[in-house]
Amino acid sequence: MAGIYIHIPFCKKACHYCDFHFSTSLTYKAGMLDAIRKEIVLRKSYLRGEAVETIYLGGGTPSLLYAGELTQIIDTIGNTHTVSPTAEITIEANPDDLDPARVRALRATDVNRFSIGIQSFFEEDLRWMNRAHTAQEGEDALKRVLDAGFTNITTDLIYGFPQLSPEKWTANMEKTIGFGIPHISAYAMTVEPKTPLASFITRGKEAPMNDLQSARQFTELMNVLRSAGFEHYEISNFALPGKRSKHNSNYWNGVPYLGIGPSAHSYNGDSRQWNVANNAKYMSSIAEGAIPREIEVLTVSNRINEYLMTALRKIEGIDLDHVSAAFGTPYSRLIEADLRQFTGNNWIIKSGMRFTLTDEGKLFADHIASEIMVE
Amino acid sequence: MKHIRNFCIIAHIDHGKSTLADRLLEYTQTISKRDEKAQLLDDMDLERERGITIKSHAIQMNYELDGQKYVLNLIDTPGHVDFSYEVSRSIAACEGALLIVDASQGIQAQTISNLYLALEQDLEIIPVLNKMDLPGAMPEEVKDQIVELIGCKREEIIPASGKSGMGVFDILRAIVERVPAPEGDPRGELQALIFDSVFNSFRGIIAYFKVVNGEIRKNDKVKFIATGKEYGADEVGILKLNQEPRDVIKTGDVGYIISGIKEAREVKVGDTITHVDRPSTTAIQGFEEVKPMVFAGIYPVDTDEFEELRESMHKLQLNDASIVFEPESSAALGFGFRCGFLGMLHMEIIQERLEREFDMTVITTVPNVSYKAYTTKGDEIIVNNPSDLPDPNKLEFVEEPFIKASIITKSEFVGPVMSLCIQKRGVIINQSYLTADRVELTFELPMGEIVFDFYDRLKTISKGYASFDYHQTGYKQSDLVRLDIRLNGEPVDALSSLIHRSNSYEFGKKICEKLRELIPRQQFEIIIQASIGAKIIARESVRALRKDVTAKCYGGDISRKRKLLEKQKKGKKRMRSVGNVEIPQSAFMAVLKLD
Repeated sequence: MAGIYIHIPFCKKACHYCDFHFSTSLTYKAGMLDAIRKEIVLRKSYLRGEAVETIYLGGGTPSLLYAGELTQIIDTIGNTHTVSPTAEITIEANPDDLDPARVRALRATDVNRFSIGIQSFFEEDLRWMNRAHTAQEGEDALKRVLDAGFTNITTDLIYGFPQLSPEKWTANMEKTIGFGIPHISAYAMTVEPKTPLASFITRGKEAPMNDLQSARQFTELMNVLRSAGFEHYEISNFALPGKRSKHNSNYWNGVPYLGIGPSAHSYNGDSRQWNVANNAKYMSSIAEGAIPREIEVLTVSNRINEYLMTALRKIEGIDLDHVSAAFGTPYSRLIEADLRQFTGNNWIIKSGMRFTLTDEGKLFADHIASEIMVE
Repeated sequence: MKHIRNFCIIAHIDHGKSTLADRLLEYTQTISKRDEKAQLLDDMDLERERGITIKSHAIQMNYELDGQKYVLNLIDTPGHVDFSYEVSRSIAACEGALLIVDASQGIQAQTISNLYLALEQDLEIIPVLNKMDLPGAMPEEVKDQIVELIGCKREEIIPASGKSGMGVFDILRAIVERVPAPEGDPRGELQALIFDSVFNSFRGIIAYFKVVNGEIRKNDKVKFIATGKEYGADEVGILKLNQEPRDVIKTGDVGYIISGIKEAREVKVGDTITHVDRPSTTAIQGFEEVKPMVFAGIYPVDTDEFEELRESMHKLQLNDASIVFEPESSAALGFGFRCGFLGMLHMEIIQERLEREFDMTVITTVPNVSYKAYTTKGDEIIVNNPSDLPDPNKLEFVEEPFIKASIITKSEFVGPVMSLCIQKRGVIINQSYLTADRVELTFELPMGEIVFDFYDRLKTISKGYASFDYHQTGYKQSDLVRLDIRLNGEPVDALSSLIHRSNSYEFGKKICEKLRELIPRQQFEIIIQASIGAKIIARESVRALRKDVTAKCYGGDISRKRKLLEKQKKGKKRMRSVGNVEIPQSAFMAVLKLD
């Protein structure tokens, strides 16, 4: 089992909070797509023949591409890899790209899952974020995709920014549920360094984020979505039964993945590697047949720590029997000792050798993960 | 004996003492240029880096003037306030001194205090105006200062440059002509003054001495009067670039003795060497036990390294007898040592040597001076650690050490320097103008006040134009209180300090504020309090941990996020917990960096 991630490094507009790699100039789009297809070919052995169960077109904004361009990429993958016939193929899409023609065209591709960047249904929030779409376009896009017969849809929502009142936050959640969207990824607004938002805050133009507000809205999120039948299967992800993201779940389960495109990360079980986050350098290197990447070989403790960090965020939690089996009992004993303080303060529930976060503990997942990491 | 000249050099740090000393060695062909590592007399790395001489040394030169051969012994002196006793013993071994003053900077506090030591010993002073080659040299003005200070004639001042070699022969001639030959009774009972010692890992402790009366021969049985210990003189010799063994060292000359001594503690600077068989009944005057002035706890960062730290401290003590230590334990820091130092610089040097030579990472606690507490029962207790202060109900009164401090600065900084000293509970004793714009201020100050942030602030307010020197004057009763720091109600012993009541509120407030900055957020709110006894005088709090976990964690985030959290964990390993609060190392020195 394996996954493939394709990074499409173009956007119409730069959202103020975003720190992903992208360019707002489409001049080199054709050259970039050539390079991406060439990289798929160059790296056909990376996954060692594993069956590809998921493909994820992310970015950037892959919905900027024409259906034909997407098909070329998916076909290139099909020609170089064993793609499972039931593969989950997701595209990240922005509402402003999802006009009726584009949705129709996508229906004809192999894409079978949409990740739609709604973020908020309020116009002033979208302007504040510098999103490319309007509130109306957001609602229209959801309707169109549903009407076109797609059933596997996720939307992104953002909370915890100053002007998002509790009422607006509840409205955003309820509207999404009302549309019948079966999966929601919800993120607390995070101020990433070197983003416009970070600079606004430093210069005093914007208020800093308030962690108490974020905590309250996160708690509200859990309550609302759970009562609507969603599983809180990963700390930022909620799904109706059977609608979890297979691709993202594989990230958290340590399944290998191949990342194609500038800034894309790959993982083969032993090492992680990532391509240069620069479109021009990426293209010129690929043109010469070289992958412009850096590699990090994972030590045993790195691998354990990644397991702890990702497993802790999942509904299944950390399984110390798995740690014992995969890495040895001395490690699981160390970790168990470090976990004790959190079962003590009720941030973690222990059941057999399984340790899962409580709702209170979910507010401190990073802190807990750091505390239990091994050397 | 009448062709021997013993002299030392008095200079402020950076006034070019070492460079000029090297020139003397070069011009007398004691060394060839090839031997020179810049500044030959300072042979510890640390000294060279800091540009100060920590341990004094001696070297013998041969010099021929007008057909007569002379032996010149240069006795180098350490150049920092913390080492003034060692300086005084080096000076006592001499008959003359070169007073080196930087022609661009003029006289500094340290020059003056060492000069006074030299004048007390009736040394012949040869003033030298160094760094004449510098574009900023103001020879006439600085000459005025020198004439004013020592009452010499203008023409007696020798213009020189260690860099270009200017004036070096004039200096050598002056040493021969102006410095008197040593006096002493060659047939008298042996009296040799120990002015320094060094540690050699093969040969043990090598003591440097000057023979005041009598003579010392190889294989003599000798006795050190102050310690009462007896040794065989396995080897005696003179100090050239290397030690050169001799059969005898005669009256007036300077030499070394090796006698199988293993520990620096046995050789006390200022002690007198005499013969076992024909002992001198009197010791040379001026011997004092060097007492540490500043105390601080030193703890291994890794609690498992206590034994290693003990071992390292012992090794340090082999060649630095002025450091004392005894084990202590702290609820916050575990097992460590309470160490005594000559002063703040000495403390820093020890800390650096531990890290550099022994690869130990240590936490040093807030330094304090040595107090005397008197109980209601009339007992006197030496308090080297705030936690040793008896309970208020058993305490009659406390005495703290005072110093006489000399500060020389430009007249424009007199105001700020005065307010600093007054704020530090200083009392001005004297103010005298050395020249129109240079002032010497003399203060009586509690020594405890200068161990905090005195030097740095003095430098800051005077834009670097203030020099400082001090000596201890004795103990005085004082209204001192112990300020405790509590984290969530739990007192942190390693953060306690003794402080004058009048400063305690301000100080308590500042330290709480500083700790609020330094202590990271934890799972619960942390209340920081400063208290005197049961009375809380300041309070701050550190909010509970931020709630911020809901960021994304996809394929591209895993590596970065893992590294961040691993780093966070690593940082925590270097923290100490008191009760359930984790304190970073930096907090233990926080009080030194209050603004």
